[in-house]
Parts: sequence; C-alpha cells; structure tokens
Amino acid sequence: MIEVKSQISGTVWQVLVEVGQDVSEEEDLLILESMKMEIPVSAPDNGKIVEVLVAPNQPVQEGQVLMRLEQS
Amino acid sequence: MFKRILIANRGEIARRIIRTCRKLGIETVAVHSDADMMAAFVNEADQAFLIGLAQPHASYLNMEAVLGAAEQSGAEAVHPGYGFLSENATFAARCEQLGITFIGPTIAAMEAMSEKVPARNLMQSAGVPVAPGTAEPILMEDPEKALAAAAEIGYPVLVKPSAGGGGIGMTVVENPDKLLSALKTAQGRAQRAFGSGAVFLEKYLPNSRHIEFQVLFDNFGEGVHLFERECSVQRRYQKVLEETPSPALDAIPGLRERMAQAALQAAAAVNYRNAGTIEFILGQGGEFYFLEMNTRLQVEHPITEMTLGVDLVEQQLRIAAGEPLSLSQAQLKPRGHAIEFRVYAEDPATFLPSPGTLTVFRPPQASQFVRIDSGFEEGDTVTPYYDPLLAKLIVWGENRAEAIERGRQALADFKIEGIKHNLSLHLKILANEQFRLGRYDTGLLNRL
Repeated sequence: MIEVKSQISGTVWQVLVEVGQDVSEEEDLLILESMKMEIPVSAPDNGKIVEVLVAPNQPVQEGQVLMRLEQS
Repeated sequence: MFKRILIANRGEIARRIIRTCRKLGIETVAVHSDADMMAAFVNEADQAFLIGLAQPHASYLNMEAVLGAAEQSGAEAVHPGYGFLSENATFAARCEQLGITFIGPTIAAMEAMSEKVPARNLMQSAGVPVAPGTAEPILMEDPEKALAAAAEIGYPVLVKPSAGGGGIGMTVVENPDKLLSALKTAQGRAQRAFGSGAVFLEKYLPNSRHIEFQVLFDNFGEGVHLFERECSVQRRYQKVLEETPSPALDAIPGLRERMAQAALQAAAAVNYRNAGTIEFILGQGGEFYFLEMNTRLQVEHPITEMTLGVDLVEQQLRIAAGEPLSLSQAQLKPRGHAIEFRVYAEDPATFLPSPGTLTVFRPPQASQFVRIDSGFEEGDTVTPYYDPLLAKLIVWGENRAEAIERGRQALADFKIEGIKHNLSLHLKILANEQFRLGRYDTGLLNRL
C-alpha cells in the first residue's frame, strides 16, 4: 500500500480520481491550492485507488495522507 | 481630489496606497477578511471593514461586500491595487453604477484587453507587432485545424489560455505528436482556473526576454511612457526579480524608443486612461511582440518610481480625480539603476509555497537607496489563502553594478525565520555570471 502525502499546507481544490480506479504513474490524482498556486499531486506508481481521505475545499497540512493506493 | 478612498486589496499594496493617500491628505478605508484581522494595513487605514471569510471569493473577490463597505464608509473612489478585482470590468461597472470612481481605465479598455485572442487581433490592426499565432481560439473538435495552424506558425509553439494569466495552462509543444494531448491538458486547466477553456497557439521564442513598458494616460487623451522594466527572471512564468533599465535595450540602438512608441500606440488604440503596462516578448535578434496589457498598477512599479522620481499611485489618483497629466515626455529622464527582489514564502529550490509564522522578520534598514514594501511584521502568520509575496526589496544605484552590490548587502541583512523563503535564491541570481553581464533570458532560473 502506498500513501500519497501532501508536500504543502493548503486546500484541496479538486479530486480527480475515485476509489477503485486504476491509475498510472505520474497521473494527476488531485489538485491542491496554496498561495494562488495549483499544485497537482500525481501517482507515485501504477496502481488502484483504495482510499480517498480528502474532499474539495478541505484544508490539508504538510505531510498529511491524502489517498492510499495499491501497487499493481 | 478625493477626500476618502476605499482600497479593495490587502497586504503590501494596500499599505503602499495608504502611504500616498496620507501624503495627499486623503482618508483611507480598508476592507479585509477574517484572516487579515491583525494585518498592518487594517491597522494603518483610517477605517476598516471586515467583509468576509479568508477564502478570496468570500472576501476580496466579493464585489457586493466591497461595494457595501464603500457605500457605508462614504468613499468617493475605489483603488483596486493589483490582482483580485483590479482587472474585473464587471466590478468597475458596478462602481460606476453606484457613483463611485474606479481608479483605473475605462470599462471598454479593460474589456478590450481582458482576453488575449481579441486583444492580439486589435493590436495587430493598430500596427503593434504581435507574435505569429492563431487569430481565433482553437477548438478541440477540430484537431486537423490545430495541426495545420501549428505547422504554419512553426514548432515549437506555445499553447496559451485566452483568458487569465500567471502562466497557468501554458505549455511549450516541440512537435506535432505532442500537440493534441497538450491542447487537451491546457484546455482542462484553463477551464478549471478561468472558467473558459479557450486556448490559442503562439510562436514560441526560445531564449527570449520579457520587457514591459509603463504608460500613464489622462482623461484628455494625453499620455506618456515611463520607460521599461526588465522582467525576464521568472519561475513558472512568474516574475521573481525585475530591473530597470533593461541591459538588453542598451545593446541595440533605437530599440528602446521603438518599443516605447509601440506601447503608446497599444494604449492609444483602446483610448487608455490611468496607469497601464504593455508586456512585450523580445527575441534574440531584437524583434519584439505584444504579449498583453495589464490594465492596473504592477507589482514591480517601484523600480520605475526609483529611477524617475514619480509616485505612480499619486498619478493614478490625480488622473482618476480628473486632473490633466502634469508629466511631459521630455521631462521624464530616468536616472541610475533599480532592482526589485520579490521575497516569497516558498522553497527556493522547488518553488513550493511555505505558509507559517514569521518568528523572525527583520528587513534591512530603509534609506534613499533601499525601499521595502511589505504587508508583514514579525510574529505575523503567512496564510495559504493569498499570494506568497512576503516583501518587495527595491534598491537603487548610480549604475547597475552599484545597484547589484547594494542589493547583495540588503539581502544579506534581511532576516527571516519560521518559514522557507527565497532570499538565498536572489543572492544566487546576483552572483550568476550571465546575470552580472546582463545577458540573460527567461530560462535563467531553470539553468541556475
């Protein structure tokens, strides 16, 4: 299981994937917003989304787990 | 002149506008979000109104809340600063409806310059050079047309959103194989960020520079240019450091004057009024093209003030109050060299934002050569809601070498702790050989 963590403090702008969805390495999973910047968070590896822990407009902290995915 | 104005902005620019108002005996009204309760600009204004929650759309972008405060306070005019509502023609129209002066251009001029594709076409017909590109937005349903247009322009091409700015959604495409996927990505990003997925293609000029010209026009059609600002030190298409004069324009005889005339032509084509900035891209061979016009005060306006001794906010207020322009082109003679360093709350290597508390925030001593425009004080919290600008450090020297040296000292004296910041990046830029020679382009930071 891979934990996808936030590199920054900010707000979730958009969640681009759903639980059960297959994703490929470097595919954008969600977009964070901080200080007028959109910061895409991409998949670290090929896999399946197991858990989405955040929703749009939710504030997140640096290091917070955003999603979990299972490597394929 | 106005007795009282409302400042529809925050941070350093709100404080900077308050300074000029004080000098002119104008009362100021601040509006602020709940996140800015304790901010310096709120404290410094004569009146302050809490208008909403931290998220910009709930407060600084909330037109009716801003206008409500304007009416309640009895402000005769609104200064929009930069960003937020400053280029919003609907907001300017609402001000007009309420009999409040919008300190800026006419609604028609704002609309003419707001979308890049129509603005490019208008400039072309006014005789202002524009880069080769598409005269209409590219539609996704017509990939063949996009490929044909790109082939005609010649690779590499730049995919750009027609609305918005700040580099969001911009992509360089090297060859036809990558064009369609780049278009799709750019359209998605433009749609999300600006509510319009319209993109167009423009010739990509490698190793180019970004140079802008400041203009001022009054209500009687009189206008002057206030020379250029060199803005090529950028990360992610956003400016990090600006200087004037541009070392590039000294190198080619007559170029500065040709660009200045094109800037005046561009502004005159939309019957411009108040302060505005025409951005150009300058190629290696001295060819230049119109990029866009910013119909507002620029972040980097202080370097122009340092070399010309003109208070641009004062000029904006006088023009908005209906006074004729008191500056003539002949009397505008820039002196010395000025550099602005944008001190950002961000990681100097990854450029990722770094909100947090400023446990130490000690700018260098201000003097006639060193100016600091900042919205923050020691102990303040930098929130994730607004842009990452902590301070603008502006230095002046008799010549470029002196300005660089003064900048180096001022940066070394600047103490910030508690969050990540880019002071070290600025020192690195100043030490860079290409920068010191004045021979750099927009790729400088990527090569550093």
